[in-house]
Amino acid sequence: MDPQFYPWIILFAPLVAAAFILFVLPRRNVAAGTVGILTVAVTCFLSWKVFLDPSLAITAQIPWIEVPGVFSVPIGIILDNLSRVMLVVVTTIATLVFIYSAGYMRGDEGIPRYYASLCLFLFSMLGIVLADNLVMMFIFWELVGASSYLLIGHYFRKDSAADAAKQAFTVNRVGDFGFMLGILMLWLATGSIMFAGIEANLQAVTLHPGYFIAACLLIFCGTLGKSAQMPLHVWLPNSMEGPTPVSSLLHAATMVAAGVYMLARIFPVLLAAPDVVRDVIMWIGAITCFAAGLMAIQQDDIKRILAYSTISQLGYMVVGIGVGATSDAAMFHLFTHAFFKCLLFLCAGSIIIALHHEQNIWKMGGLLTRMPVTALCMLAGGLALAGVPFFSGSFSKDNIIEWAWLNNRPGFWITASAVLLTALYTFRLLLVVLLGKPRGDHAARAKESPLVMTLPLVILAVPAVIAGYPWFISHFFDIAYAGAPAIAHKIVLGFLASGAVLAAWLYLRGPARDPVRIPLLANRLYIDNFYNWLVVRGQGGLAVFGSWFDRWIIDGLVVTGSARTVWGAGYLLRLLQLGNLQAYAFFFGAGVLLVLYFLVFR
Amino acid sequence: MSPLLSLILIPLVTAAFCMAGSAPRRISLFGAGANLLLSLYLLASYNLEIGGFQFVSENALFPAYGLSFSLGADGLSMVLLLLATLVTFAAVWVAPPVEKSPGMFYACLLFISGGAIGAFVSIDLFFFYAFHELALIPTFLLIGIWGSGDRQRIAWKVTIYLAFGSFILLLGLIGLWLAVPEGLRTFDIRLLQQLGSAGLLTPGPVVYLLLLFGFGILIALFPFHTWAPEAYASAPAPAAMLHAGVLKKFGLYGLLRLVVPIFPEEIQQFAHLVLVLLLGNILYVGFVTLAQKRLDLMLGYSSVMHMGYAFLGFVALNQLGLAGLSLMLFAHGLTVAALFALCGEINRRTGTLEFSELGGLAGVTPKLGLLFGFAAMASIGLPGFATFASEIMIFFGAFARGAVGSFNWFQTATALTLWGVVISAVYMLRAYRNIFWGARGSAVKADTGDISSGVRWAVIILLAVLLLTGFRPGLLLDYLNPVFAYLPR
Repeated sequence: MDPQFYPWIILFAPLVAAAFILFVLPRRNVAAGTVGILTVAVTCFLSWKVFLDPSLAITAQIPWIEVPGVFSVPIGIILDNLSRVMLVVVTTIATLVFIYSAGYMRGDEGIPRYYASLCLFLFSMLGIVLADNLVMMFIFWELVGASSYLLIGHYFRKDSAADAAKQAFTVNRVGDFGFMLGILMLWLATGSIMFAGIEANLQAVTLHPGYFIAACLLIFCGTLGKSAQMPLHVWLPNSMEGPTPVSSLLHAATMVAAGVYMLARIFPVLLAAPDVVRDVIMWIGAITCFAAGLMAIQQDDIKRILAYSTISQLGYMVVGIGVGATSDAAMFHLFTHAFFKCLLFLCAGSIIIALHHEQNIWKMGGLLTRMPVTALCMLAGGLALAGVPFFSGSFSKDNIIEWAWLNNRPGFWITASAVLLTALYTFRLLLVVLLGKPRGDHAARAKESPLVMTLPLVILAVPAVIAGYPWFISHFFDIAYAGAPAIAHKIVLGFLASGAVLAAWLYLRGPARDPVRIPLLANRLYIDNFYNWLVVRGQGGLAVFGSWFDRWIIDGLVVTGSARTVWGAGYLLRLLQLGNLQAYAFFFGAGVLLVLYFLVFR
Repeated sequence: MSPLLSLILIPLVTAAFCMAGSAPRRISLFGAGANLLLSLYLLASYNLEIGGFQFVSENALFPAYGLSFSLGADGLSMVLLLLATLVTFAAVWVAPPVEKSPGMFYACLLFISGGAIGAFVSIDLFFFYAFHELALIPTFLLIGIWGSGDRQRIAWKVTIYLAFGSFILLLGLIGLWLAVPEGLRTFDIRLLQQLGSAGLLTPGPVVYLLLLFGFGILIALFPFHTWAPEAYASAPAPAAMLHAGVLKKFGLYGLLRLVVPIFPEEIQQFAHLVLVLLLGNILYVGFVTLAQKRLDLMLGYSSVMHMGYAFLGFVALNQLGLAGLSLMLFAHGLTVAALFALCGEINRRTGTLEFSELGGLAGVTPKLGLLFGFAAMASIGLPGFATFASEIMIFFGAFARGAVGSFNWFQTATALTLWGVVISAVYMLRAYRNIFWGARGSAVKADTGDISSGVRWAVIILLAVLLLTGFRPGLLLDYLNPVFAYLPR
């Protein structure tokens, strides 16, 4: 087959599979899973072929909205290093998650629905990766929101899952509001929605720095939503209500990574913008990185710990966009994080299944001996997450922190000290879950998960360890290393060691619960409470007032009242004075109707 | 016989048969189906390369006054014809068993359809107006006789309200007609358009405002919107589908057909006023929608809210915005029709539409849940549905009226309008969550039946068309773009 078709097949195969499962196999569990896994395997295979064939370029476009000479939105495909790498990362991880799901979801009542949603989600994510213009990216951006809504709400009978799904979608829409407005502003200034066209016409917008800053920051709002940056991060921990493989897929290589990918995609625009844009991006990322690290320290749910760590790591990536000379710094961390975070979530899933859906880490313990494969894989993922030297995460994270040393010294101190938090919550997780004595019956009787679940773990453990080494990453990115003075690296190592020592001191003894309890952190800085209050009191109150106003003021007084008065007097007289046959002809029609109304309703 | 006349007569004749004979449901399904096929055939035989008004037939009635029963359809009319026949077919199909004089019930539905189609294809001002009035009568009857709740009072309210709107509109039309120079006086809308673009017809701001508010009341422009939610909540589902989906589009059609070509300067002059009012539709009514505790009222308010986007396209007054508005007429019509059909079905299955009594319905009625999910997503403008394409076009069209550097009124209004996209997601997803997800509500029993096959297939057809035109908006834009090609870019 002509390689020209590969990207189109990669993009649309999951959509076709989703429709097929939904309409043809709505009650066939095994067949639905098979179709899903085969489809993702094909997209993965073709993605690698596309990746290994750098000469392949796609020029064909599918017209979508066309108003000739005025406006056109095509569905087109961009193939550069960025999208090629992203393709293989997304499809590889998706393949492993799809396979793992076959084990994790066994016995679930909605397996076809689950796989159809997964395929739809994959389609949406691949659309973001391949989009060659902003509106197309926005289209798939919204679709990612919708399909993640289905996945997070998979256990829709549970109130908490139903609420979490709704929250994820609406919070993302808040970000999308800014994203769309930013797109409109850039389009008006540059006359284009194509990435290439915008970059070619940037001089038109650099003349208006204030406008340019606003446009860039509004587009960045999209990232705030999708990549769960402060203050729009609240949906991500709640989205843990979805099945664990979903959390793994959404929070490793896809969805949340989309926000960073989008920033990398428009990086030339951000570079051309006034410095304040990247400063704001840096600060948001740094604050998120630190605050989410703080919140992760006192969570008890294994998935929520990982969720806050995801937010924190995404913060690092966003900082990378803010301080890096190229988008590589951020993409490098996205790349390594995709593997080790996917791994950690799948390990957590393996444990959760083995412990009969127990998610509280204080009911776990001693799993190293009972579930050795899962435990060792989790250890590899954890060390990578903490940024321990020789594991993938250390290479990419250190690079970002070193860029911060060069370009933004306060940013350096925030991100470097967040390493301490990362080490603390990671080692807390590992020590409590893997070592010590089992803290519950389920943990005591835990057995290793089946091969369909452990195999993806082992496969993922490999890149989680090696993905950061230059001899490996150079096949994917031509990384621009910061090359900061050695002192920067030593400071980071110092923070890492103190975090690890602190964790060992607190948790190595195998306590039954947290020795230190900080309500502020356990309650996530009360941000969720604040939003709840805002929604219930603010929005709810406003809505109720509006409803009252509509009923009694607008409807009751203004409209009905004035309508009756006017109806009776003024206009009727004026019409009669027109003295014109046609007017009467018209009026006669209206009169007939009026008579009819009276006859019918009297 | 002119094919357009057949489109009008088929529903009217079928209505007559319904009133006279037995088996009204079967007869009207047949008539509505035939009309749908005929409109598809006309859509296919409309010559896109020539464009303009086609299938024209003229029958002079009062030559002295230029009054004639003239029919004709351009690209805009063609798209609306498809909308009208599709929604009619669906509405007839989903109609539940009727106890009180079913023949009359179906006849009313078909009368609305015939009247709306007549208005969409009349190129004579008098019949344009008269057909719409004709279609309003059965709407009132449907609410007053077959409605729910406080139906008599609501029917009265709607009657007074819409009659008042029609009356203002009538004054505007008379003013328009009087503004035509002596000797050129005509009821022919095509000639009026030509006179308008030639600068020979300048009725002035008073006439513009009469037409704006006349049509505006029919479309539920803020603050003249309070009739709509109650009316849709009380009307039987097929009537709500036909009125919200088709007949209400007459107002927007009138704006596009008469006001845009003749009043470009007045639209500019009063753009600020319309922008403020449409923000009332989107933000204010949006918040009111949030406060609703019953699905039918919420859908009614949400339908009012969406009219704000339509007015944004109108006031943008460029090809992009108006083509987007026209696409939205179609997309919104199908979406609200699907939603009202499903709403009626929920009511029939559970006996309530109160959010507090519902919940977990998707667990017992998965098909209803799936279809409502699709319709809800279409309503909040998810990409893939035609609603999204039309909203995007309107946003870009309105934003194009702005300036680089600082925001003007158009840009500010567009930005605030975009916030409506968030509001609609909030209320629609909350409704979905409260009805279909979560723990089972008091009105939801384990043996609550799933969607009936009639409603299911009717809704599937509506949603399939929404998806088809959402994936390929070009299918309709080919008809709509040329209609507004004369406008500034």
